[in-house]
Amino acid sequence: MSDISKNQWTETVDVCVVGAGHAGCEAALACARLNFDTVIFTVSIDSIALMPCNPNVGGSSKGHLVREVDALGGEMGKNIDKTFIQSKMLNMSKGPAVHSLRAQADKSEYSRSMRRVLENTDHLTVKQAEIVKLLTENGKVTGVVTNTGTTYFCKAVILCTGTYLKARCLCGESITYTGPSGLQAANSLSASLIENGVKLRRFKTGTPARMDKRSIDFSKMTEQFGDERIVPFSFSTDPDSIQKEQVSCWLTYTNEETHKIIRANLDRSPIYAGVIEGTGPRYCPSIEDKVVKFSDKDRHQVFIEPEGLYTNEMYIGGMSSSLPEDVQLKMYRTVPGLENCKIVRNAYAIEYDCLEPNQLLPSLESKIIKGLFCAGQFNGSSGYEEAAAQGIMAGINAAQFLRGEEPLILDRSEAYIGVLIDDLVTKDNREPYRMMTSRAEYRLLLRQDNADLRLREKGHKIGLVSDEEMKITLYKAEEISKEINRLKGVIVGANRRVCEFLNEHGSNELHTGVSLAELLCRPELDYEMLAPLDPNRPVLSKDVIEQVVINIKYEGYIERQLQQVHKFKKTEKKLIPADIDYDDVKSLRIEARQKLKEFRPLNVGQASRLSGVTPADVSVLLIYLSQKKD
Amino acid sequence: MNKDTIAAVSTALSDSGIGIIRVSGKEAISIVDKLYVDTKGEHKLASFPSHTIHYGFIVFEGHELDEVMVSIMKAPSSFTKEDVVEINCHGGVFVIKTVLDAVLKSGARLAEPGEFTKRAFLNGRIDLSKAEAVMDVISSESKAGLDNSLKHLNGNLYNRIRKIREDVLYETAFIESALDDPEHFSLDDYPEKLLKKISKLKEETDKLYMSFKAGRILKEGIKTVILGKPNVGKSSLLNVLTGEERAIVTMIPGTTRDTIEEKVRIGDVYLNLFDTAGIRETEDIVENIGVKRAREAAQSADLILFLIDSSLSIEKEDIEIYEYVKNKNIIVLLNKTDVDGVVSRDDIISSFGECDVIEISCATGAGIDILTKKINEKFYLGNLKADNELVITNLRQAEELRSTSSSFENVINSINNGLPEDFYSIDLMNAYSSLGKIIGEDVDEDLVNEIFMKFCMGK
Repeated sequence: MSDISKNQWTETVDVCVVGAGHAGCEAALACARLNFDTVIFTVSIDSIALMPCNPNVGGSSKGHLVREVDALGGEMGKNIDKTFIQSKMLNMSKGPAVHSLRAQADKSEYSRSMRRVLENTDHLTVKQAEIVKLLTENGKVTGVVTNTGTTYFCKAVILCTGTYLKARCLCGESITYTGPSGLQAANSLSASLIENGVKLRRFKTGTPARMDKRSIDFSKMTEQFGDERIVPFSFSTDPDSIQKEQVSCWLTYTNEETHKIIRANLDRSPIYAGVIEGTGPRYCPSIEDKVVKFSDKDRHQVFIEPEGLYTNEMYIGGMSSSLPEDVQLKMYRTVPGLENCKIVRNAYAIEYDCLEPNQLLPSLESKIIKGLFCAGQFNGSSGYEEAAAQGIMAGINAAQFLRGEEPLILDRSEAYIGVLIDDLVTKDNREPYRMMTSRAEYRLLLRQDNADLRLREKGHKIGLVSDEEMKITLYKAEEISKEINRLKGVIVGANRRVCEFLNEHGSNELHTGVSLAELLCRPELDYEMLAPLDPNRPVLSKDVIEQVVINIKYEGYIERQLQQVHKFKKTEKKLIPADIDYDDVKSLRIEARQKLKEFRPLNVGQASRLSGVTPADVSVLLIYLSQKKD
Repeated sequence: MNKDTIAAVSTALSDSGIGIIRVSGKEAISIVDKLYVDTKGEHKLASFPSHTIHYGFIVFEGHELDEVMVSIMKAPSSFTKEDVVEINCHGGVFVIKTVLDAVLKSGARLAEPGEFTKRAFLNGRIDLSKAEAVMDVISSESKAGLDNSLKHLNGNLYNRIRKIREDVLYETAFIESALDDPEHFSLDDYPEKLLKKISKLKEETDKLYMSFKAGRILKEGIKTVILGKPNVGKSSLLNVLTGEERAIVTMIPGTTRDTIEEKVRIGDVYLNLFDTAGIRETEDIVENIGVKRAREAAQSADLILFLIDSSLSIEKEDIEIYEYVKNKNIIVLLNKTDVDGVVSRDDIISSFGECDVIEISCATGAGIDILTKKINEKFYLGNLKADNELVITNLRQAEELRSTSSSFENVINSINNGLPEDFYSIDLMNAYSSLGKIIGEDVDEDLVNEIFMKFCMGK
């Protein structure tokens, strides 16, 4: 090891952000935009906003996160709008709550575009260096030290180390000690964190092979197109400005032959041979896992996606693996269209150190070290969008911390971000965490289409959303409520013309007059159709009409969710005294007592969500608290 | 946590004369020690080891109240996790009350209903669902009611609910997988399949809910009113019902919500007879009091026994009374005072319309067995017992079942109205959570785990 102690150079800034992936970029931008002197460190300037796995942004529930980041004043949505090469709104045949935007990115463009934004943001310095040490004093952050020995003194540190900490990549028998895509790993920081009392654990994830486009026979696959009308991610992007020619993805399938090869070589898979110690994600299983766990399925889907316009590399979605190269070649070549494939980069699994996130407050600040914030894959999540969402929140809350103001905490009824962070800091996650719409209890309220109405005001108050952007949102909200009221007030008579109109559209005739809103509630009718019955209709934007229709059509459901939210907020408001002695609460089950002692939830709502705490335990706790009050 | 010591009669007071007084709390042993003397006349209760039972006497203010067996269970190895003493009395209802009185005067406080169970729960001895089943055992008054409560503890209900829950979870997980990973899972044709499935689950839930109504009757008895004109033999009927089995149970205040004069066992269930005093008082008074009683009965009774004397022809007043109560569960009893009565079953049906008529004889008691069968039939009790089916007897659980059923109803409506699939899972998860509350289980990570376990997700 080189002696770096002779370097006595020091710098003093407000915030140090460690890592320039999707979390680090949002965190650094938030702090710098709020006028705090910020440095962002990366092991390689070329890896800023790198997409080391799938070449897309968004998708079910992840698209929601991108919209929310955007509404709060983040960058991810704007950046993908600038660099996408195909775009699709998923789940269009389903309800509005699960519509979800996904865009294929030009990976290189995405990365370079984000780099340009970072480099041109005031108060932000980009620095290529590995951070090897965290400096603290009396339980407070004081700075970080680089691998070349320079000390950066600061008041807040945001750790966004992704998969780099003590990273190890596995491809069959071949093991290399690198980060993703062969990038340099960060091998020193873990020890310094442990010294400071931070508890780490080991997670694992994987990625499929990339192939040379010229070696793939697309005629044997199904072409997958983008949407005709492209919807932007960012509320600030003009839709007309991003309509462009798109590239296609391709669909093919594995078969029995593929599965036979995998089964015959399981002993050479590091996971099944027991070489991998980290815990992998169930939602993103390797092809080995799929074949073993779902042996009744005779085929699995394989999506072939371009990595960008600049390259011939194609991403083989659905077939991540840690099998050795020779087995990979054999198995991929059984897939129709891949018979003669040439692998550019092998599939591999990666293991890394990350945080046990129950050490964090809902603000993403460490419970034991003041001024230390953590975000992204380091917190045990996975996915670019999950990382960005935590990144912006950590950035905002580091800024709030420096301002001496209350942290911004979104609860489960306000945003997917709230669900994500609450799950991370209260639940016992034993695998990399992925956002899913089923995790959001109030998803009918937390739609991707209303993220601006839900969150822009908060972003504006913090200072990340401009007055101009805020004005647009307020105007939109006003137009929506005006139009809803109008539709509820305009009564259509039960006359012959109306009845004929309804007959034409397969809708039941009227016996008495009803409001336009009531007609709109009928599943077979929509806003456009009703135009002939509604001559005094104002001219409104598509966005406004969408909100009006959703709010009227699903009013009953929305009302029910609002009632649930009301109940939820009540338990969130039941605070648990910080000095509570759980040993004094007699009838708690042992497991619940341990969990409560360990997590020390702030309120009864949070306590009820801890794994291992049953409703009976919550009743016991409530009885105890009410007795204490008397 | 609980400083005072509580006491109560822990078995139902009945004519059998055997009853247990339970005392629980820090002072339980010392309080009973003041009253209990062994065969040598010594107060030595405190020196006995835990989980032993002793013969002796209860002596209070110089009087020997009863000959008893006293058992002692020391904390924490008792039902409440506190010191518990149980006094087995033998001297009949009055004596049991006197002994309890002595215990209270010696320093214990009368326990509130369910307070022993509450302590057991608060002290971590039992969980919530068990606590409820125990409460049911305590408050169950009839034999069938008791059997049912025991089944709760044995987990029959648990298994039934769990099966419904598993089905709900599976379907929800499938929908959610398709929402999270639309390119791997298709929902084509799924709504019709789900509609069939959910209709079946709803039916099953409704059956369980119906069993609650029957269960309440098993537990608490059937609120019954006897109606009829003066002199038709209401008091004779009362005597047949109460006298035949010698099963009059003196009511203890607070065990039911209503004031009942007489409690009568008929087969395996109890009839709670209302206003029986009224019957005797008004028997000979010739005034139009029957109609007034009919009006009142129509409001509160579960069952109306309308008595008609076969020797007296049907009059306007009979029809008037019948009009008030015809929408209730009513059984017309045709009392045969002599063989050649003037009123027949057909006469009644032609006067009142279609109704249940049973011929009985208040003099001999004939026909009471048919009445028993009819009552069982009317309250679905026969079915319940025939296939040993489980019933819900707890109000909270019944409420959750009703809410489960209405969630299923919502799903069915959503499917029929062509709403998108993600709306189904809102109500499915509500049903799942309601069912969970019945058996004391939470939603937590169940759905996410099910998705990963049953469906192959992901990139």
